[in-house]
Amino acid sequence: MIGAMPSPAAEAAAVVDAVLDDLPRHRGVVVDSPPGAGKSTLVVRAAGHLAESGEPLMIVAQTNEQVDDLIVRLAEEHPGLPVGRLSASDYVVPARVMGKAAVGTKLPELGDPAVVVATADKWAWAGDRTWPWAIVDEAYQMRSDKLLRVAGMFERALFVGDPGQLDPFSVVDGDRWAGLSWDPLQSAVAVLLRHNPDLPVHRLPVSWRLPASAAPVVSEAFYPFTGFRAGTEPGERRLVFRAGGMRTAYDRALEEAASGGWALYELPSRHTLRTDAEAVQAAALLATRLVQRAPVAISERGERPVTAERIAIGAAHRDQVAAILAAGPPPGVTVDTANRLQGREYDVTIVLHPLSGRRDATAFHLESGRLCVLTSRHRHACVVVARAGIPELLDAHPSAEPVRLNVPVKFPDGWEANQAVLAHLAGHRVEAAPLR
Amino acid sequence: MSTLAALARLRAVRTGTAQRLATVRHCHLSERPMVFIPLRLAGEAAAPLAAMVGTDPGHPHLLVVPQPRDRDLRFAFAAELAEIVLPYVEGFLKETETVERRGAEPYERCADAPQLLVPGRSALAFTLLLGRSTRFRRAEGPHAVHPSVPILGRWLTFFAQRARHPGSALLLAATEALSLHWATGQSALEDANLASLIGWIDPPPGTTGADAAREAEDPLVWPPAGPATDPGFDAEVLAPAIRAYEEAPGERAAARVAEAVRTQLDPTWRLMWRAVDLLRGLPEGRGASARWETDRGSFTAFAEQLAEGGPPQPKHDGAVAAASRLARMERAQASYDAQRAYDDPLVMAAYRLTGEAFTGTVVASDPANAEGEGRGRKLRPLLTVRTGDPVRLATGTKLGTPDRRGQQAEVVEVDGELVTLKIVKGMGRGKVATPGAVPEVGDQVCYAALSDEYQPPASLPAPEETPWTHGGPPPEYVPSTEDDQEEWS
Amino acid sequence: MERFDRLRGAVPARPHDARAIAALAANPGCARRAVMDAAGVDKDATATHLGFPAPFGQSPFAITRGNAFEALVKDSGCAELLRLLRELLGLPIPLAAYTDLGDIGGNPSAHLRHAHTLKLIDRAARDDDEAGTLYDHPLLRLEIAGHTSYLEPDVVAFRLAGRFHIVEIKSFAIVDGQAEPDKVAAAARQAAVYVLALRTMLAELGHDPARVSHEVVLVCPENFANRPAGTLLDVRRELAVLRRQLSRMARVGAIVDGLPEELTFDLAPDADGVPTRPVPELREAVRTVGARYAPECLSTCDLCFFCRDEAAAGGSTELLGRQVRDALGGVATVSEALGLADGSLTPGEGQEEIARLLRLADRIYAEAG
Repeated sequence: MIGAMPSPAAEAAAVVDAVLDDLPRHRGVVVDSPPGAGKSTLVVRAAGHLAESGEPLMIVAQTNEQVDDLIVRLAEEHPGLPVGRLSASDYVVPARVMGKAAVGTKLPELGDPAVVVATADKWAWAGDRTWPWAIVDEAYQMRSDKLLRVAGMFERALFVGDPGQLDPFSVVDGDRWAGLSWDPLQSAVAVLLRHNPDLPVHRLPVSWRLPASAAPVVSEAFYPFTGFRAGTEPGERRLVFRAGGMRTAYDRALEEAASGGWALYELPSRHTLRTDAEAVQAAALLATRLVQRAPVAISERGERPVTAERIAIGAAHRDQVAAILAAGPPPGVTVDTANRLQGREYDVTIVLHPLSGRRDATAFHLESGRLCVLTSRHRHACVVVARAGIPELLDAHPSAEPVRLNVPVKFPDGWEANQAVLAHLAGHRVEAAPLR
Repeated sequence: MSTLAALARLRAVRTGTAQRLATVRHCHLSERPMVFIPLRLAGEAAAPLAAMVGTDPGHPHLLVVPQPRDRDLRFAFAAELAEIVLPYVEGFLKETETVERRGAEPYERCADAPQLLVPGRSALAFTLLLGRSTRFRRAEGPHAVHPSVPILGRWLTFFAQRARHPGSALLLAATEALSLHWATGQSALEDANLASLIGWIDPPPGTTGADAAREAEDPLVWPPAGPATDPGFDAEVLAPAIRAYEEAPGERAAARVAEAVRTQLDPTWRLMWRAVDLLRGLPEGRGASARWETDRGSFTAFAEQLAEGGPPQPKHDGAVAAASRLARMERAQASYDAQRAYDDPLVMAAYRLTGEAFTGTVVASDPANAEGEGRGRKLRPLLTVRTGDPVRLATGTKLGTPDRRGQQAEVVEVDGELVTLKIVKGMGRGKVATPGAVPEVGDQVCYAALSDEYQPPASLPAPEETPWTHGGPPPEYVPSTEDDQEEWS
Repeated sequence: MERFDRLRGAVPARPHDARAIAALAANPGCARRAVMDAAGVDKDATATHLGFPAPFGQSPFAITRGNAFEALVKDSGCAELLRLLRELLGLPIPLAAYTDLGDIGGNPSAHLRHAHTLKLIDRAARDDDEAGTLYDHPLLRLEIAGHTSYLEPDVVAFRLAGRFHIVEIKSFAIVDGQAEPDKVAAAARQAAVYVLALRTMLAELGHDPARVSHEVVLVCPENFANRPAGTLLDVRRELAVLRRQLSRMARVGAIVDGLPEELTFDLAPDADGVPTRPVPELREAVRTVGARYAPECLSTCDLCFFCRDEAAAGGSTELLGRQVRDALGGVATVSEALGLADGSLTPGEGQEEIARLLRLADRIYAEAG
């Protein structure tokens, strides 16, 4: 059929093939991977591909958890491949990694595995050996000064990451480097591409995580120029409740999310502290109610109960996370900040909107990456908890940000992204229960 | 803005005077600082108009450029400024002390260091520009300047760049130093006006801080602290005086310009010394002294570099230099934050409010608790503290305490008002804890999730080995003739 | 329209100048500013008459310097500018014609001058020769809150190979590749207005508006010399902000509809232009429209001192800045916040949490200080 869209799987496979084809042709290859687009699959696949050539490979990840995840995936996909893990002396080998990699604090302790995986911080101490190949994972979350410390160790590299998530940051003022092509506060990819503008940049086109209800929303709001689509069709993923509801506002919000993929649980407009007790409690109670309703996720993976482990509550600040935990969400439910939820996946997420209850938005709260992380962790549904009044807050937001010369303009703009998400959520609004 | 700082501002509104944000001084204050108040000609990037500078409150030096657009006069100003600043700075190089180091050669460090005080952030920025516009000049060739000019440029650059290093006190902006210690009843933006900030902290008898601050906004009463001048003054006083000098250059005309700018500088000069007195009224915190030691080291190292004939500071950090500086700054920031909290219960208070720190009474103590067997046996005393603070600390969080700086503890459990801790570092090798090392039942203690621990950064490549991801090795620096011939017009 | 005329009184409407644009960007949520700007009220004169003159003056040195720099750039048919454009756009520009759109003789009305600009820009857009053309002093037009504002940018529009660039000449220095970020931001905001106005004009003429580049040429003195240097400034963000703010400004109508019919900010100037409106009456009129004061207004809005005084008189926490206000979780007045802190005030509905925090802060402050 002429002009028909290729299947998502075929489309994604074509991109992966193109990436692998490009590897020997370029010094560096960049792959942009939107949420749940199979970044780890690509890394594992590329690792196997490179290992076949017989040349040793180093893999650079950003956190210990990411390193462990990669080792588990490598062991699953390439059981015969010898893998080493460099780690700090106080690293405790988790059960899931046991026996899947040689673990040591120095390279010689690992024997001579085909693949060595470590965090960027650990690699920076690994010594002088040069590797023909490297894979740098989560490269958009890596600060360029970290890349500077390890880039001398490899000849060629594949950089993989999600450009829509949170940018790296620093507690100190980095103005003095603004506009420099090697600004240490920019991401590894930003600096890499400014110095090597001819490197190929590929984009994984399909999100396997986000359902058909979420992929277009997230794509338009946060990836306006480099869209992606869902790997599943509308209706292919369903969320049903085995236990009945009582038509409370919580129930209605959960049902709205189950049927439409989204719900906005809206509390009355009010300026509050960021640990807004009502909002915090609503988030915890929604999680409790969700577990009580015995949800079941039906998807291409079959029919599976949504246990507490498959549910997360996300917020912008650590004190909000602490407050939600104190409000007593069901045991096993993950509660964490956007920063730490990056790269994670759940069936259902409950999100405390970063702008809820605020009178003025700051750059921190408007940062599009924060909202992007929070609204792109789910396979089935996302419930956003917020006070009414965010559109008014956005309208009143000053736009007098200082401008530095020669700094590439970053898209999407946080304001626009927030508006886009809110506009969509407006169609899934459930008014909160009145105060008791 | 912490709730505590917000509350302090509210109280300032009610009481009419600024409220303390600190119980000790968090910046070192030299016994003989040099106050430097530069003025710039409006509309120009770095055309100095005048400066008031000196170490004696009673005898300021007034330097003036009677025609700020005249290049020769500008360099004459720079040379004159060098004559005052350089002897002051170099005076500190005479007396040194030997610093012993574990595992390294001892080295010499200046026993004290110079300290420049400027009114505010914009004066600081102007100091940086002044340094930038003079450090590449040369004493020979077609555009020769006085040999002291490029040396002055390098020192000004050093001071201004060092001011951005967290916790450094080699160059302080008065408004920032004061704002660190007092909360006013106005906004942080308005605090950038030195006169109104001091009006809040120390209002004249019979007036409130609010009144004093309002009055301070009148440029006729309190001229701006520079480097920008009051547009009204420019139009009505300065412009005619400069015009008169243009028409008949000479001492009389120059004196007219000097008298004009003196009226603008005198009030700020007095304010600067009041700021010094206000800050002196606070006892110096322990960390401030320690940081000053680092400042002295940095000063000594720069003086050596200069003496060895090193090139002027480059216009930009290269990739490696930038990463290295960022690492130093981040480390300094973390330790500055921790030291201030450990030195000062009012600073700690902000962390208590957010649940990152708490104070309380020890209700149970097990100083003999140990972990491991035989030679691996380690003392890990347990403490339970009752607190009324809203603790928000996860199990396993590392804690420090102001009372026992060498120790590190770990959160074992938080149960309502009771926090159980385990001391995991700094217990020594003994079988039993030394007396006093572990708090006893009934003791008041404070713990915070702030660390002042030194962690060496991983090494960076040499600049000539800058990898391809960062543009490869930078071209070697060759002082270009363009630099020293750059126009200054 | 009549409504806005009544609000303003019998004087011509103030154009939407750079300061109005800056004030809008700094505080888009302020109804008072929105209404007065939409009606073209002279806020500076209003503030002065109220006894709160705006703190914005410009030094004669800065004006002289700005003019001298602009003259240098535009000297001999913009010879310097042409050199810069060649370097910056990397294009071989053989020659460029210089056209001063402001120069049409006599003292024509804005409408006439705009028509003249329109005609020449239309011709330029049709012309496809490869020579560049510089247009100085174009008179552009933008619909702001439902009525036409004329903009007379001191900029040049440059057309080359079918594309237009806005050239903005500023006299602040670019030192080692950077300039003061606030000044660059202001320049970018202003330039975005001109880009939008020129795009609108092209669209009206039936041309593709995208032919006006979002990359503006910023011309500033380089380092410490007078020599001009050019930088490309991407104003896409500012354009997006401007578009959404203009679309929101249409809502000013709704605010105005809610105001008393007879409300006016007329200063009732006499024959010499001296305001005769009784000050208490004017004060009441201004107060009819609520302000949203923030300390940032102090550097952008003519009415800042008046609104600050009003906020102070009401004991508003807005006086202390957005950050303080935020830390207080919406408590509106100083006395209320202090009352909650010392426990003398019982928290109202929804205030329990901030009250608890303030009381704790109060206790810790007393304990530690």
